[in-house]
Amino acid sequence: MSKDLTCIVCPRGCRLHIDDDLNVTGNSCPRGAQYAKDELTNPKRMITSIVRVKNRENCMASVKTSVSIPKGKIFDILKEIEKVSVNAPTHIGDVVIKDVLGTGSDIIITKEIK
Amino acid sequence: MYDIVVIGAGVTGAFISRKLARFNLNVLLIDRENDVGNVTSNANSAIVHSGYDPVPGSLKAKFNVLGNKMFDQISDELDVHFYRIGSITVATSEAQLDMLKGLLERSHENGVEARILSKEELRDLEPNVSPNALGGLLAPTAGIVDPFNLVAHAVENAVDNGVVLHLDEEVIDIKDLKNHFVVKTNKASYESKVVINAAGLGCEKIARMVEDVDWHLTPRKGEYFVLDHYDLGLVNHVIFPLPSEKGKGVLVSLTSSNNYIVGPSSELVDDTEDFSTDGPTLGDVRRQATDLIPSIPFNQVIRVFSGIRPTTSRHDFIIESSKVNPNFINVAGIESPGLVSAPAIAEYVVDEIVSKLLNLEAKKSFNPCIKKYAKLNELDNKAREELIKENPEYGKIICSCEKVSLGEINDLFARSVPPHTVKAVKKRVRAGFGKCQGGFCSPYVTLIIAKHYGINPTEVKWDKDGSEILLEEVKHA
Amino acid sequence: MLNKDLVIIGGGSAGMAAAIEAKKNGVDDILILEKDSVLGGILNQCIHNGFGLTEFKEELTGPEYLQRFVKQVEELGIEYRCDALVLDVTKDKVVTYSNAEDGVVSLQAKAIVFATGCYERGAGAIQIPGDRCAGIITAGTAQKYLNIHGFLAGKRIVILGSGDIGLIMARRMTLEGAKVLCVSEIMPYSNGLNRNIAQCLTDYDIPLYLSRSVSKVVGKHGRVEKVILSAVDDKMKFIPGTEMEFECDTLLLSIGLIPYVSLLDKIKAEMSSTRGAKVNDYFETSIPGVFACGNCLHVHDVVDFVTDEGRDAGKGAAKYIKGLVEKNTTILVKPGDGISYVIPQTITNKNADSITFKFRVRRPIQNVFVTFEDNGNEIAKFVRPVLIPSEMVMLKLNQAQLAKIESGEITVSIKERK
Repeated sequence: MSKDLTCIVCPRGCRLHIDDDLNVTGNSCPRGAQYAKDELTNPKRMITSIVRVKNRENCMASVKTSVSIPKGKIFDILKEIEKVSVNAPTHIGDVVIKDVLGTGSDIIITKEIK
Repeated sequence: MYDIVVIGAGVTGAFISRKLARFNLNVLLIDRENDVGNVTSNANSAIVHSGYDPVPGSLKAKFNVLGNKMFDQISDELDVHFYRIGSITVATSEAQLDMLKGLLERSHENGVEARILSKEELRDLEPNVSPNALGGLLAPTAGIVDPFNLVAHAVENAVDNGVVLHLDEEVIDIKDLKNHFVVKTNKASYESKVVINAAGLGCEKIARMVEDVDWHLTPRKGEYFVLDHYDLGLVNHVIFPLPSEKGKGVLVSLTSSNNYIVGPSSELVDDTEDFSTDGPTLGDVRRQATDLIPSIPFNQVIRVFSGIRPTTSRHDFIIESSKVNPNFINVAGIESPGLVSAPAIAEYVVDEIVSKLLNLEAKKSFNPCIKKYAKLNELDNKAREELIKENPEYGKIICSCEKVSLGEINDLFARSVPPHTVKAVKKRVRAGFGKCQGGFCSPYVTLIIAKHYGINPTEVKWDKDGSEILLEEVKHA
Repeated sequence: MLNKDLVIIGGGSAGMAAAIEAKKNGVDDILILEKDSVLGGILNQCIHNGFGLTEFKEELTGPEYLQRFVKQVEELGIEYRCDALVLDVTKDKVVTYSNAEDGVVSLQAKAIVFATGCYERGAGAIQIPGDRCAGIITAGTAQKYLNIHGFLAGKRIVILGSGDIGLIMARRMTLEGAKVLCVSEIMPYSNGLNRNIAQCLTDYDIPLYLSRSVSKVVGKHGRVEKVILSAVDDKMKFIPGTEMEFECDTLLLSIGLIPYVSLLDKIKAEMSSTRGAKVNDYFETSIPGVFACGNCLHVHDVVDFVTDEGRDAGKGAAKYIKGLVEKNTTILVKPGDGISYVIPQTITNKNADSITFKFRVRRPIQNVFVTFEDNGNEIAKFVRPVLIPSEMVMLKLNQAQLAKIESGEITVSIKERK
């Protein structure tokens, strides 16, 4: 099953075509080719979200998955993130969930809050 | 038992209440909105008309002219922006030039200063006027006012002097027990010797609770454009076309906050709750306005709005006691020139009508002035600096477009008519009134209101019930 | 009055980059004035990833990206004030700001860099027909409510405008529990990056309707109840009979960003069609010593380019302060066929090693030349397979090409490849 898709690896947004034999055209870089292959076999996404900072008023700290996670697990992982809160100060890279749902990805803080 | 219940805290009810506060009376002012001046007084041209065009002998002519003369003192006592910039009614054809002469005569009959401007004089005063303009009628006493604080501060002054204000309370029935009334609301019942019906668009409904009145109100909608602070000098006066049976027509004016306003349209409508705007109507307003001032920069429009004013079957204000009980006073159909007329109407209602019903004994402690607000943008840097030293909150700017400080917003809560909604804050101090229309400051204002009232931000409203801004707090973990 | 060599207004991506570059170019006495309580500007609320691919060759979230510059600002010892709004600027470069601790401070600057960002066009500006109720909110404001404060401004949402913030918010609000019904775009093409359509809409089955806009908002009871979308013809007029009705509680607007330049307006800097100031090749406005960069100059789609432009403006300001500005010509740069604007608007130094021109095309177009012409004589020609309005184009002329300019004006145009 060949497919036309828009590359999301960078803001350039190349229009990719991948055929049944996983040959990719339209890409401007190797990461685009890899993206198209992954998209056909095992689509993955980075997720970014927020967690509550308990000791600050109406304040959220941003988080992300440390590596891409399977697309199908996005909402399950968000449910895990929902369970977590933190206290300030927060630092970029602080791990709030280790190896979330066994995906190999940690949920890490992306924002410095004093 | 109250001496008087005033229904409606628009500009009319506000000034009547303030006038009543001069006497030793128990006065209750009720409004169904959660802020004062929230309907017709909230959405109009904000012009203090000179009184050159109402039919001589009409109540509109009488109160407009009297009211206009009161505004210097009122704006001073109530700490409200008011500028007598004058108005010019522009003629764009020979036939209209003739009509100007008629208007000049009418001005003089009404006792209003006015004079005809030649084409050249007009162009000197208003360089951006249409090349088709052949002359104008200058009425130098016309002015522009901040309509929001005019009402808010009038009510504040009334409350400071003893009037009781109930907002968010709707009158649902009035029983006329001959020696007094029972005013029933959705929250309570109040006994009162006198009732003054100043309910704006709701006047007819309220009046019919006691009498089958022989007049009726028809809502008339007007749609407007508001332009950002733009180079001063687009227009220097309130610019009117020739008036018609539909009203004063589409005007172009500077506002008291140095914005420009363009409008209104004028359409009879059925629905007093429909404040929507629509493209064809605004397109028509735009065409009419550019007939007068071709260079209006419509790319500087930051907001459109509509207001609804009550027109009466009598084509004049209705200010009179009910036929069934003189202690019930209708003050109805206060459409344009209502804003300017309201203070004079209040004088008349109290001095000529209420005085015959109740014993009016002057209140010695009455103070006609409200405590001045800190308005940082009107201060020089030194005075601003001193205020910030006293209260550092004046140094933290919340609305960067209009440069409104946290201190100025928090000051509002200590007043006797504090804001409860984001819109009410906007009306009082202009946070959210600028080019970004609250894009940057509305989250701050929402959180400030929540904090002051000790409520969750999801409970903060933009305006009326059901207008909560935020629907859910996420991540309770 | 205090003196400062360089005052930078705005501590976001552009302002921080300008400060860092000026410092590296030998200007020591710098002050950044930031109106918010932290440095970083709008990136604080852009918690999604996709930033830094050009700048750092890795993909960062907004807060991570900005932190790298905050760190540099601090390491270089560049002075900054937060919660400090600039109240006034004069043509003579006196900057006055207020802040709770400092009170009111006036500074005489040798140079000023404006890096004040942009603001969102709102409902009033495009006169959306219908009720003006709660629930009509710009995408950036909804983003701030959600990502900074933790509140959803809507649960069932129609988005008007396919600008990037709208697309990003479609995904963000979906992930946090809202239902985004559709995105409606009045133009026949999207105004967002293709990548954002793929990862923010397609991934979550959110339809994108082109050539369609809001013909009515219904919300008589305080909040949006219904949004009606109608197709528009090629004159942008609604076509009767094409109405689509959506029951929803929110209309999210992503209908354009406008440079925030009240103070530049006030000092009568010449303005361009971008609604930002006109600048020369040093990023200097028509007022000597006053510079502008980032989204207050023209709205960018990629923050890395904002940073880059900030650096250029910082470099320009440093040269100005040190008296190293070389001006040997005045060549106007005009947008020609198919181009909506070009920055810089003026070339003043023909001897520069190179000058980068930034522009946008008016409509999506394929297989074209971009030409630089001087009175019909070709100075340079570039082949481009695809150009779309949502992606800023950058093209560089080198010294040899610049030397070919003879008249006082060049035109940048799009020409079809035959």
